[in-house]
Amino acid sequence: MAKYILKRIVLIITSGFIIMTMLFVLIRLLPNQVDAVMGGYDQAIKDMREAWGYNKPILVQYGIFLKNVFTEWNWGFCTTVGSYLQDVTAYIAEKLPYTVYINLISIVFSIPLGILFGIVAAVFKNKWQDQVINVFIMIFISVPSFVYAFLLQYYMGFKLGWFPLIMEGGSDFFSASMFRSAVMPILAMSFGTIAGDMRLVRAELTETLTSDYMLLARTKGLSYRQATLRHALRNSMVPLLPTFMSDVIYVISGSMIIEQIFAVPGIGKTYLLSITNRDYSVFMALSMFYVAIGLIAGLLFDLSYGIIDPRIRMGGGKNNEL
Amino acid sequence: MSYKPEQFTPYLDMDEEEFRLVQEDKRLKDEKFDTKPVGFFRDAFRRFAKNRGSVVCGVIILILALYAIFAPIFSTYKANEYDNYYAYALPRNKLFVSLGINFWDGCSKTTVNQQTYDYYSAIPGAIKEDYGEYEAIVDAGRKSIQHDLRLDSYAKVGYINLSLTKTQYENALAYEEETGLQLFYPLIDTDQIACKTYSSNANGWFLTNAKGVAIRDDDGNLQDIYLRDENGDEVYVQSKMGGKQFQCRVLYSAWYQYQNGQEASFLFGADTFGYDIFSRMANGARLSLTLSMSVALLSLVLGIIIGALEGYYGGWFDLIMERIKDIIWQVPTVVFMSLFQIYFADKVGPVVTLFFCFIFYQWIGTSSTVRAQFYRFKGQEYILAARTLGAKDSRLIFRHILPNAAGFIITASVLSIPGVIFTEANMTYLGIVNLQSTDITSIGTMLSNGQATLSTYPHCVFFPAVFISLLLICFNIFGNGLRDAFNPTLRNVNE
Repeated sequence: MAKYILKRIVLIITSGFIIMTMLFVLIRLLPNQVDAVMGGYDQAIKDMREAWGYNKPILVQYGIFLKNVFTEWNWGFCTTVGSYLQDVTAYIAEKLPYTVYINLISIVFSIPLGILFGIVAAVFKNKWQDQVINVFIMIFISVPSFVYAFLLQYYMGFKLGWFPLIMEGGSDFFSASMFRSAVMPILAMSFGTIAGDMRLVRAELTETLTSDYMLLARTKGLSYRQATLRHALRNSMVPLLPTFMSDVIYVISGSMIIEQIFAVPGIGKTYLLSITNRDYSVFMALSMFYVAIGLIAGLLFDLSYGIIDPRIRMGGGKNNEL
Repeated sequence: MSYKPEQFTPYLDMDEEEFRLVQEDKRLKDEKFDTKPVGFFRDAFRRFAKNRGSVVCGVIILILALYAIFAPIFSTYKANEYDNYYAYALPRNKLFVSLGINFWDGCSKTTVNQQTYDYYSAIPGAIKEDYGEYEAIVDAGRKSIQHDLRLDSYAKVGYINLSLTKTQYENALAYEEETGLQLFYPLIDTDQIACKTYSSNANGWFLTNAKGVAIRDDDGNLQDIYLRDENGDEVYVQSKMGGKQFQCRVLYSAWYQYQNGQEASFLFGADTFGYDIFSRMANGARLSLTLSMSVALLSLVLGIIIGALEGYYGGWFDLIMERIKDIIWQVPTVVFMSLFQIYFADKVGPVVTLFFCFIFYQWIGTSSTVRAQFYRFKGQEYILAARTLGAKDSRLIFRHILPNAAGFIITASVLSIPGVIFTEANMTYLGIVNLQSTDITSIGTMLSNGQATLSTYPHCVFFPAVFISLLLICFNIFGNGLRDAFNPTLRNVNE
């Protein structure tokens, strides 16, 4: 097991490093970002170019970048996004709470709801409950999130006036007004997660309910309810656990679309801004942030699968398996 | 139950003459089947046809595709022409207008104050219905007169000031004489305009006080402030720059009819710039559909080639390709999208860039499906048998493995189409891919343009949103139906 974990970790570090190198080279080769800075920052720009080694070969620049990142955790500073010369890491840390706030609340109630309705759908398979849930799944899996975000904003925000149209920017996360302004983005975030979880639970539980040991449990004399709760449910949750775990990791990554629509000052919006304003340091740092989240979530997913189900542990290509 | 042999031997008391052998004269041999053989695809199609929901969705997709193809051809409004004056014009269905139904007729119910009411009442046709006035308390307890009315979003454009060349002016005059449609209206005497708002507005032809409220005569009619010559006749045109330019004031709806040969009436309304949403959206749909289908097709070809090589030969090629796929897969889509756009959009245009960016990572999905199928089949006995008979690699790949995997590969490819449309809509909505120009647009761009005025003009968002939702839902259900038909074992597994 230890060998397996070590192998996975080495693999993701290598992947992450290759991606970082690729991104660095691609971003550094872009048309010069510093021309985009407004105002008279000539000296600062000169200093910056000097510090980042713009006049040296790209590999030396990468060396400087790596040294800064690994020795001082210095990812550069903001130019066109945020306040000028602010540390990128500090800037991102500033934006993170908004994203976490929304995603955390969203996930806290969407995972249980997803599981609950998934179970309902599987137990009442092909009855009207299942049909209704299936329609819900189909709609929220297929329709882009901005469409239902628009609907929420128009009806709940504008027509009915229940919630403010955009999120508050303050830092008082436990105030009622803040929560009220966050309800719509939270809802918009949740629909997709709920639908996805429902689909997974439904598929997994349906399969379990038709398996042989369920028949055995019924033959033994257990009622349908007992058999479902004690045997099928537990067994079908096991393979889903890693999915929920990686869902939790993604709490820190923001949805660009939802944050854009509801003006949430979070990570996703910052990322979008860094692309449109061409702030390459923020762009680089946030890209690596997203890549790292993906890699870590994947790692946890694989590892927990490996722990739960040893058959998967070795995985991959050499044997004639899927 | 006890066994009674006589119950099972009903023919024992049969006469010996009646006993005959069935095959006495016939020779036993293989007879040709009377029925037609059912192949894999025919079987799959039969299963698909049984799935009512998927068939309906397939038909809807077809209708949407037909709309995308034919709407710009048959629409009387061109997708690349826009009219600023009709920006945000509401959806109008001519049928509903002629039937007199107060729905989908390009009008909206609004409440306005006295000043605005006077402004609209000076425009012919702007107020479709007047529900009367009442006194209401507006902000801070201040009382004010409010009017409820039904406003025609097309007619409310009213009059505009135009500067024409001599030939243009003469042609317009000739048209006016020929058809009897009045284009030109008297110019306004600028000295008599009391309210600043109307200083350059062609609709302010009536006498107002400084606040812009009309000063009506004893009968309650508006009093004109037209420019008059010495004889007291209204002046319709002023020549400027020594007779080269003619300054005049026209009724825009009539002028539009003169220019375009028809009245403006947009089925889905007009957007921020005054494009007709009906034909504009069809243009966006064309882009989405052609892009997604060509991406699916090309990545299918690429995916089959790479996946087959990986899956069949394995070894170092497989290992390297898997690592490359891993790495590309780990990078968020938006990073590729923005980098591709920054690097190539200026050189080859945003659409081509978008296409190549999709190809850049879409082949991964297909090739993984193909690879998995190859791993599944290549160890099976029938492959070994074929190999023992001397079949070459190419024959094994194309004749023995690929047809078996075809179902999986085709459905995976079809199911990737809504994914591409989805991503394209997201990227254009976010503005990472900029597709706003006279000739190209996309559903996402239309949505992002309409978002700013969502509360006042929801129709700009409504129609594109309905279109893309319908398209994606139908594509997903259609794809699931295909998958169930091709792989019956996977039925009802939503993954």
